[in-house]
Amino acid sequence: MNIFVLLKRTFDTEERITITQGAINEEGAEFIINPYDEYAVEEAIQIRDNQGGEVTVVTVGNEEAEKQLRTALAMGADKAVLINTEDDLEASDQFTTAKILAEYLKDQDADIILAGNVAIDNGSGQVGPRVADLLDIPYVTTITNLEISGETVTVVRDVEGDSETIETKLPVLVTAQQGLNEPRYPSLPGIMKAKKKPLEELELDDLDLDEDDVEAKTKVVEIFLPPSKEAGRVLEGELNAQVKELVNLLHKEAKVI
Amino acid sequence: MGKKVIVLGEAREGVLRNVSFEGVSAAREIADGGEVIAVLLGSDVKDLAQEMIIGGADRAVIVEDEKLVGYTSDGFAQGLLAVVEQEKPEAILIGHTALGKDLSPKIASKLGCGLVSDAVKVEVEGGNIVFTRPIYSGKAFEKKIVTDGIIFATIRPNNIPPLEKDGSRSGEISEVAAEIKDLRTIVREVAKKATQGVDLSEAKVIVAGGRGVKSEEGFEPLQELATLLGGAVGASRGACDAEYCDYSLQIGQTGKVVTPDLYIACGISGAIQHLAGMSNSKVIVAINKDPEANIFKVADYGIVGDLFEVVPMLVEEFKSLLVEA
Repeated sequence: MNIFVLLKRTFDTEERITITQGAINEEGAEFIINPYDEYAVEEAIQIRDNQGGEVTVVTVGNEEAEKQLRTALAMGADKAVLINTEDDLEASDQFTTAKILAEYLKDQDADIILAGNVAIDNGSGQVGPRVADLLDIPYVTTITNLEISGETVTVVRDVEGDSETIETKLPVLVTAQQGLNEPRYPSLPGIMKAKKKPLEELELDDLDLDEDDVEAKTKVVEIFLPPSKEAGRVLEGELNAQVKELVNLLHKEAKVI
Repeated sequence: MGKKVIVLGEAREGVLRNVSFEGVSAAREIADGGEVIAVLLGSDVKDLAQEMIIGGADRAVIVEDEKLVGYTSDGFAQGLLAVVEQEKPEAILIGHTALGKDLSPKIASKLGCGLVSDAVKVEVEGGNIVFTRPIYSGKAFEKKIVTDGIIFATIRPNNIPPLEKDGSRSGEISEVAAEIKDLRTIVREVAKKATQGVDLSEAKVIVAGGRGVKSEEGFEPLQELATLLGGAVGASRGACDAEYCDYSLQIGQTGKVVTPDLYIACGISGAIQHLAGMSNSKVIVAINKDPEANIFKVADYGIVGDLFEVVPMLVEEFKSLLVEA
């Protein structure tokens, strides 16, 4: 099995978001592997352990993403690829990222590509399906179970709470939803081994891509924080009276019921 | 200059979802005097097309094929792209639902265009169509424009008010023939789960439970309250990790991001990851034994108490209110 994982470096979920000069302030923030991509890494490792083959994790970003790639290698992935766009691109969107990833993947003869169903920073969930389309392979999003038997792939997909069982064939791209597995923590020997595993760095040139080929189709014009919410009223008195008051407030003051 | 905008109508069990009408309303804004065209894919969808016209579309285009009865990305992409090819719209809107999230990136890729996902607001500013969308699961927002090609966006349910329905409206319903073929994914089975009909992302009322719910059975009073209010049950990560409920109910930075009219948090401490998923709800009620719980900082109304006492009392109180009304 030739297995690929698309991975993104994101803000830690614990981080508060602040804005400096119109941009999200990254100073001092902790970064992690996008949590949904962690499920993808774990699933990829399990597929390899069951069926043999190799797991390659790929990211588009800058040098800082090396740390998250090393973490994936420490979990058990075999190889990592960093497509470094820092010198080439000022702005990018999902069109950009998908095009770059597809350009890299088209020559890799992947049997299965796994990704998170969404990244917790930008939250668009576009890149996986876009890559599948560019490679002209089928895709299934938000999966919670995956079985591969020969060429046949059976997945369970979370659809707003319902579960769909879907059958398709390799090669395929799938995106991970919570519940797919329990991602492992990197072990100490894993971390030691990861330091020696191959991490290839590529630039747009190496993929025969120009800046113009991947120019973003959308542009962010403003970033702002939601108005901070003031703490409301904690009701007082007998519990029974509080409940009556609450229902009354929701009905008459807030008018939501 | 008015624009031509198409909106995909999405039905669930034969009924159009609210977000389809919200999409028509957003399309009107973008069209700015131009034409709004509803697109319906399925078999026997003329009635739905008519409903979209009543909801504000000028006319509708349908693609009917047995292969479009259930959703597949290949089938729906072929159907929608056939309409796009014929109508050559300047903008496309789809609901940011499970279907919309799955389908829209493929359409964008086929059209080689950008896509603004999960828009909560649409405005016309100086000739630009400006979309507002949450980032970092609602910890921040961005305004985004399309700089090249078709204007394409998905609309988050329950954020853009629909237009008033007008039964006297009429419009042309035409059919586009599309060959739906080579479907590479086959849906073998659909298992309905506990949500009882109301989807979390579209629910006007959400009753959510955390670790304080203590067990799977502990969710029963929450479900009773949610059903009574026509809402859905959600959960914090803590409750999911403890296996009190399915991960599909999880609300937060990992999990669903929701913006209901009323969010009732029961036994939820209010970790920053959970707040990211729900703090933009219109009205938040917190019920927690711990008066220091973080959830009270974002709640409009709070009750310090045991949820197993408070929730059944709320059920009774709402029942008598609903009887009066």
